[in-house]
Amino acid sequence: MLRSRETVVNLMLALLLLGFPLVAAGMGEPFYVTLATRVAVLALAATGLNLALGLGGLLSFGHAAFFGLGGYAAGILATHAFNAEPLVAGIPATTSMPLIWLVAVAVAGLVALPIGAISLRTTGAYFIMITLAFAQMIYYFAISWPAYGGEDGLSIYVRNAFPGINTAQPLPYFLVCYAVLMAMLLLFRLVAGSRFGSALAAARQNGTRLAAVGIQPFRIRLVAFILSAMVTGLAGALYADLNRFVGPSMLSWHMSGELIVLIVLGGKGRLFGPVAGAMIFVCLEYVLGGITERWQFFLGLILLGIVLFARGGLLGLLSGRPRHV
Amino acid sequence: MSEPVLEIRDLRKSFDALKATDGVSLDLHPGQIHALIGPNGAGKSTLIHQIAGSLEADSGTIRFLGKDIGGLDMAARARMGLARSFQISSLVQEFSALRNVMLAVQARQGSSFRFFRQVAGDAELTGPAMAMLERAGRAARAHVPAAELPHGERRQIEIAIALALSPKAFLFDEPMAGMGPEGSRQLTSFLDGLRHEAPMLLVEHDMDAVFALADRVSVLVYGRIIATGTVDEIRRDPDVRRAYLGDAA
Repeated sequence: MLRSRETVVNLMLALLLLGFPLVAAGMGEPFYVTLATRVAVLALAATGLNLALGLGGLLSFGHAAFFGLGGYAAGILATHAFNAEPLVAGIPATTSMPLIWLVAVAVAGLVALPIGAISLRTTGAYFIMITLAFAQMIYYFAISWPAYGGEDGLSIYVRNAFPGINTAQPLPYFLVCYAVLMAMLLLFRLVAGSRFGSALAAARQNGTRLAAVGIQPFRIRLVAFILSAMVTGLAGALYADLNRFVGPSMLSWHMSGELIVLIVLGGKGRLFGPVAGAMIFVCLEYVLGGITERWQFFLGLILLGIVLFARGGLLGLLSGRPRHV
Repeated sequence: MSEPVLEIRDLRKSFDALKATDGVSLDLHPGQIHALIGPNGAGKSTLIHQIAGSLEADSGTIRFLGKDIGGLDMAARARMGLARSFQISSLVQEFSALRNVMLAVQARQGSSFRFFRQVAGDAELTGPAMAMLERAGRAARAHVPAAELPHGERRQIEIAIALALSPKAFLFDEPMAGMGPEGSRQLTSFLDGLRHEAPMLLVEHDMDAVFALADRVSVLVYGRIIATGTVDEIRRDPDVRRAYLGDAA
């Protein structure tokens, strides 16, 4: 019963996110299409984090690293392709989104492996601090490396291409991002219900019990951390193409915090929590941000309200407590 | 006598000045229930923790199935076939009783890195898990969340989990604790039937259960085993009477 109610809420959110830019495009308002694209991409980034944080209970304060790495993968490939410079060892660069995504996902996953392997030796506040420290290291590295823009970041002069789709137009690009988001949400749902998802949920709630049946919690958490980073890295590549710009701010701890805020706003561990969270966040940013520069004060108030009175986030309010499995 | 399944030699563990395990040696033989008794604070649970791998011994060896398992973590020992229950029952709270046992079945099958096939309705998991719940007498409660189960039933779920691991040895830490007299009697006869499935090291305060079940008894006092023998030998031992049993014998 509760489950079906949540499914209805999820479906409505999915339709809302699809319908809004379609209507906006029909009314000739491309700005709102871009706003919806921003929702979809942030929701995707937070869906990645939701794997680690929501399912695995791993409060990573360093996911901006993977978001930014995905962004830089897109930016660097596009720059090389634009200047017709090969990458290392004569390998040609590319402006093909599917290839760029593969690179972004691979880079995020490869970097997440050592970060996770070290960070996951710790728990609680130490885990939060170590993930933060790794992300800040990458942030300062990006700032001090002049080859790709350093502090100024890197512009993508022409949005990268997707076969058969004119990505330079807002609506087609939104549809690409929306499709990727839906595919990853499906993946998230499958993983959550799988044997791996079971072990991960058990690792979050009672790691000792998991070890006592013979499953090492560390390995499960590490794989979850890497998968989580890969999804967030993919979102980073889309975000860079959305803004046609990638800069160190994508790597900064503000971004890590923002991703956590999205999840808390929407509902931790809920399939559509990141979608709901990104909707609230972008709406506030746009509506309140138009009124006052201090809009984050009001975001703070809302967060406070949710933490005090609605732990399940927006999805918790709309569809009740999660079903026991 | 046949080779012991579990062989502990001169195990030591101190917490600062407290010698919680002070040179313990103990053998668990096939087909036997070996009870470990002793007053509170004697170091029984500490010993179980070291055998299971949740606590590292300072020195001494633990051999299981002929292999030194001192360097293995808890999960690796469990995979070798060492199934434990906890003194304070430990389940995945948000999972139903059935899902808790399914987790053990999945671990036994060595298949936790499957990402797509859904566990709900996966007969490879639900079938064996349900069978274990039935054996433990809790099939009717399969779909109740672990957090909502009363204490005694949580114990039985833990035993169903241990059974699902098809273990080579059981380590049970006070399985009778907090059970009523009727529950204790039922559990006693259930445990009695397990000894031929795998030998059992049983920490227990319920002396009726110990005397009914144990093939051998070791008495642990201040981290040392002061006597090991059959139930009759232990009941007659003057040191044991003084240290622990008192009038109960």
